[in-house]
Order: sequence, then structure tokens, then C-alpha cells
Amino acid sequence: MSILKKLMVTAALSAAMFVNAAYAENVKIALVVKSLGNGFFDAANKGAEEAAKELGDVDIIYTGPTKATAEAQIEVINSLIAQKVNAIAISANDADALVPALKKAMDRGITVISWDSGVAPEGRQLHLNPSDTNLIGETIIKLAADYLPEGGDVAILSASSTATNQNAWIDAAKKVLPEKFPKIKLVATVYGDDDSAKSTDEAKGLLKSYPNLKAIIAPTTVGVVAAAQVVTDENLIGKVNVTGLALPSEFKKFIDNGASQAVALWNPIDLGYSAVYLAHDLAVKKEEAKPGATLSIGRVGKITLDDTNSAAMAPPFQFDKTNIEEFSKIY
Amino acid sequence: MTDTPAPRHIPDRLDKPFNSAIFSWEALLVAVAVAIFAVNSFASPYFLDAWSLSDLTFNFTEKALIALAMALLIISGEIDLSVAAIIALASTVMGMAVQAGAGTPVLVAIGILVGLGCGAFNGLLVTRLGLPSIVVTIGTMSLFRGIAFIILGDQAYKGYPPSFAFFGQGYVWWVVSFELALFLVAAAIYWFLLHRTSFGRRVFAIGNNPVAAQFSGVRVGRIKFILFCLTGLMAGIASVLITSRLGSTRPSIAQGYELEVITMVVLGGVSILGGAGSILGVVLAAFIMGLVTFGLGLLNVPGIVMSIFIGLLLIIVIALPILWRRVRRERFT
Repeated sequence: MSILKKLMVTAALSAAMFVNAAYAENVKIALVVKSLGNGFFDAANKGAEEAAKELGDVDIIYTGPTKATAEAQIEVINSLIAQKVNAIAISANDADALVPALKKAMDRGITVISWDSGVAPEGRQLHLNPSDTNLIGETIIKLAADYLPEGGDVAILSASSTATNQNAWIDAAKKVLPEKFPKIKLVATVYGDDDSAKSTDEAKGLLKSYPNLKAIIAPTTVGVVAAAQVVTDENLIGKVNVTGLALPSEFKKFIDNGASQAVALWNPIDLGYSAVYLAHDLAVKKEEAKPGATLSIGRVGKITLDDTNSAAMAPPFQFDKTNIEEFSKIY
Repeated sequence: MTDTPAPRHIPDRLDKPFNSAIFSWEALLVAVAVAIFAVNSFASPYFLDAWSLSDLTFNFTEKALIALAMALLIISGEIDLSVAAIIALASTVMGMAVQAGAGTPVLVAIGILVGLGCGAFNGLLVTRLGLPSIVVTIGTMSLFRGIAFIILGDQAYKGYPPSFAFFGQGYVWWVVSFELALFLVAAAIYWFLLHRTSFGRRVFAIGNNPVAAQFSGVRVGRIKFILFCLTGLMAGIASVLITSRLGSTRPSIAQGYELEVITMVVLGGVSILGGAGSILGVVLAAFIMGLVTFGLGLLNVPGIVMSIFIGLLLIIVIALPILWRRVRRERFT
């Protein structure tokens, strides 16, 4: 083959590829997370990719800011609007501050849903809760209470004081305390900002300020690891039980060493999977998100939207010595 | 036999005008900006779009407004690390005013005045008590944001009037947003102030040698106080813009902005030791940071990689002229 011929073939081939790219364009669904480098969201992305494979014509854009702030997430949203994605499925850093940016996205024809951590109703078409707020609030207290038959002092180590979902769970937990767990006394709620160093300092502070503390409840995957590490380092295993919401793979060693009896979490893989399914339902199948509507989330089942167009996926799932080994390999 | 040394060559000016224009910091920044623009246009089919480019400017206008005043402050040898905290406090007070039923003009006035007040407070502590500005503003950074946290806790203020949304979301003409227009006007004003007035000359004089400036009759304390007020004022204006853009206030608003503002100023060629810098450089640096973050965003590059790019850019742009000067010096000696 002459050089000229080779060149022409190459040119024709690349032209054909361009044409393909232009005509056989897949549906682009952006999975926007609070911040990258978080095992929970990486697991959600696994589920999202699984859903994309099932649906066939979907490309997932997995993205998010480095700093878990609303301002940084708006920059991400702006770049997705510019890329003309078909749908945005977002776990929000701030329920209100993202509304103007997401409204702009919807004005330009993009399907917007929130999952995990919600956006105010006017900023999205529907919201998928990983579980029911009241159920999670009750579960995080129950995780501590199950191992405290005599009752005692417990404290909460949360993410940032502005995190939408953590605040809702803590409120729900406080509500169930007096009736269902009268022997458990919540002595403090502190905020580690989902930052390992700050969470460690806050956990140490709790142990110093409350010498009778029996359990630390951290409804955040960053905080729970920091707290368990502090309890391990300060030789308080057996005295202080760390519990809360944790990723099995990150937390396995603390179940193994006894710093924690049990933790819980919903399945982030299912969550990412369901979010993509819902985005696809609305963007491609043109199903309408309205109160009372029932939408399919593939192998996970079905959800029914409530008055605010939100729905719960499933109850949280408990991990202890019997099953942590198995789940730590998954996520 | 005389051993008189060869007469030393003393240049009558540091650089020929042509050379200095070619190798000036601003020319380097223009080149960098053009290069990034070109790379972005090739890398993403979505970049060259009027609305994309318009959205891009929202990434930096608020920070760049503060950077204008911060440039003057750093040229004078001081610094203000509390600007992001001022935004949070001003936004919180605006939120309180909304709850009390204030209208848009009152809100804007409150935001700007709170900023000005915070700046004046910093200025008083630095000039009257003679404390180092870095220490004072690290303190007020915690103080201002702390007050915002005490007032708001984990709550948010919402319900800003619809007309208030114009400042952070409105457009003055086609794709030119109000924020961008305001920034360009402010840049022109600051350029005039720094490069065309005796006030500007005095700012440079103070930065180069505050003692000599004082003995030459420059009222060092007063000018520094004015500069802190200006920085606070710009933070107040930025607070109005960002509050309007987000449509709500939380105490964590604008977290970490101070470092991005200072990065812009340094990238713009302002000497962190004071005494040198230009407004044009800061404006170019603002656009460069916007272009880099938006361009990488279009390619869905993770934020941490973006930070690495900004860091590398900063080091390269600062190292290049130094290396260049060293090469030239070696060639001529």
C-alpha cells in the first residue's frame, strides 16, 4: 500500500469514527457526588455503571468537587450544563444553594434528580432517599443501645453542621430517644466536617469531656473511622463502643479488633444504580415525576413518590462480625 | 603599568522598553491565557460557546473582585486572610435582614456596609495597635465566621426577594452577566487608582519601604487603613453577589475563598513581599484561573487534579521569569 493510500484510509477511518460519535450518541447521565475520593460514592458509581450496562445506551459521567462545598459543586454543574448532558443525578452539599444552578440546568432541558443528600423541591424533579430518615435516626441509636442494656451516655460525631442528611437523621434520632430508648442519654453532638483530622480531634475531645461515655455514634463514613481509630489508640476498646454508618471495607478492622460491635449502611451500589435508573426513566422514557407516581428502579424494585416528589429506596443494612467479611470485599 | 580596572558597565535603565514589554509579566500571562484558551477549544467541543464562556466567568468574578483590593493591600506590604469570613458574616446579616422584611436596596446596603465595617475593624487593629496583619486577620477570620456560625448554627436563611437574584444571576447584555460587568468596571477603577493617582504611588512607596515613605511625608497608617476598608468593601460586594447567586445563606458560605483570592493576586505578578504588581496582571490571572478550572471541568477532570494544575501553573509562571533573568545574567557576565 502506498503512503498516499494509507493516509487516505486513515483519514476515511477517522472520519467514519467522527460520524459515529456524532450520530450514535449515547444518553449522558452525570452522577455528581459531594466530593471525590470517598469510598461510598465510588461504590455508588459501581452501581451506576451496572445500571448503564443494563440500560445499554447510557454513558455515566462520574464527577464532583474536591472540596465538599456548594460553591465547588456549582462549578461542576456549570461545566455539565455546558457539556449538554441529558441528566444530572446529584448528591447535594447544600439543599438550597444549589437550587439556582440546577434550575438553570432544568431550563436548558436537562433532567435533574437528587439522591442521597437532597436538593429543595424547586431545584430537582425528584429525590431518592437511600432510606427513610426516621428509620435511619432510629437505627443509629439502636446500634448503640443494643450493646448497652444498662443504658448510659452516648455522643454523636457528625459531618459538617450544614450537611442536609446528617442533620435530618440526628433530629429523627433525638425524637425517638425518650420513648424507645429511655436509658440512653445523648450528651453531645459535635461536627468533624467529614475531615479525618478534625473528626479525630473532635472524638478525642468527646472522650476527654465525657469520661463516662459508653458509645460514640458517627453517622458518617469519615467520622466513624476516625472515632474507632481514636478508641483503638487510647486503649478504650470494650469501654467505648463506636458505631454509626460505615463502609464495610474501611471499617472491617474495627469490627475485628472490637472497637465496634456493629455498624449499618444502605447499599451505595444499589443507590447509584437506582439513581441512574430514575434519571433514565425521566430523561429517556419521559416518565413524569409527580406525587403518587410509581417508577421502576430495575432489580432494586419500585419506588412511589410522596408529596414532595421524594421516595425511600430501602432500610439500612446492619454489618457485624457475622457478615462484615463478605461485604468488605464488595464496598 | 596601571592596573585600573575596566570601567564597570552601569546601565542607565533596567530594560529597553521593547524588551520590557515583551518579557513583562503581563505579556507572559497573556501568552498563558491564549495557550489555555486554544488548548481548551481543541480539547472540548463545548468550550467555544457563548453561554459556556459566560458560565465560565461565574467561577471567578466574586473572588476576582476581592483580588483587586487585595492586590493593593499586598503591594502595601499587608495581607487580609479574613475576606472569606467577611463574606460569611455579611451574608448572615443580610439573611437576618430578610427575616426582618428588608427589601433589595436595604439588603445590598447592609452587605456592603458590613463588609466595610469588618475591613475597618481589621484596619484599626493593624494601624492603631501596630499588630502584624497576618496575625490580626487570622484572628478575625475565626471571629467573623464564628459570629456567623453562632447566629445561624446549622440553619440556613432563605427567602431572598426575587429582585435580589439579579446581582448574582442576572445579565446586563446578552451573555454579559452583571457580575462580569461589575468586575470589569471595578478593574478599571482600581487600575486608575493604583497606576494613575498619587494614592497609588504612595501604596507602592509604602510597600517598598514603609519607613522611608513615612519620613517622606506619606501617611502610612492612614493609607493602610483605607486599603483594609477597601478590601472589606469588596468582600461585602462579593458577599452580595454570592448570596444572590446561591439564593441562600449558610455560615459555611465561601469557605476557602481567601486562598484562591491570594493565589490570583500572586499569579497576577504582585510581589508577596510588597512593593510591586499591577492590576492588569491580576485581571489576567483571574481569567486564567477561570479558564483552567472551567476547561478541565468540561473534560470532567477531578477537582484534585485541577488543584494540581493551578499549583503547577503558579510555580511555573513564577519560576519562568526568575530562570529567564538568571540565563540572561549568565550570558552577559
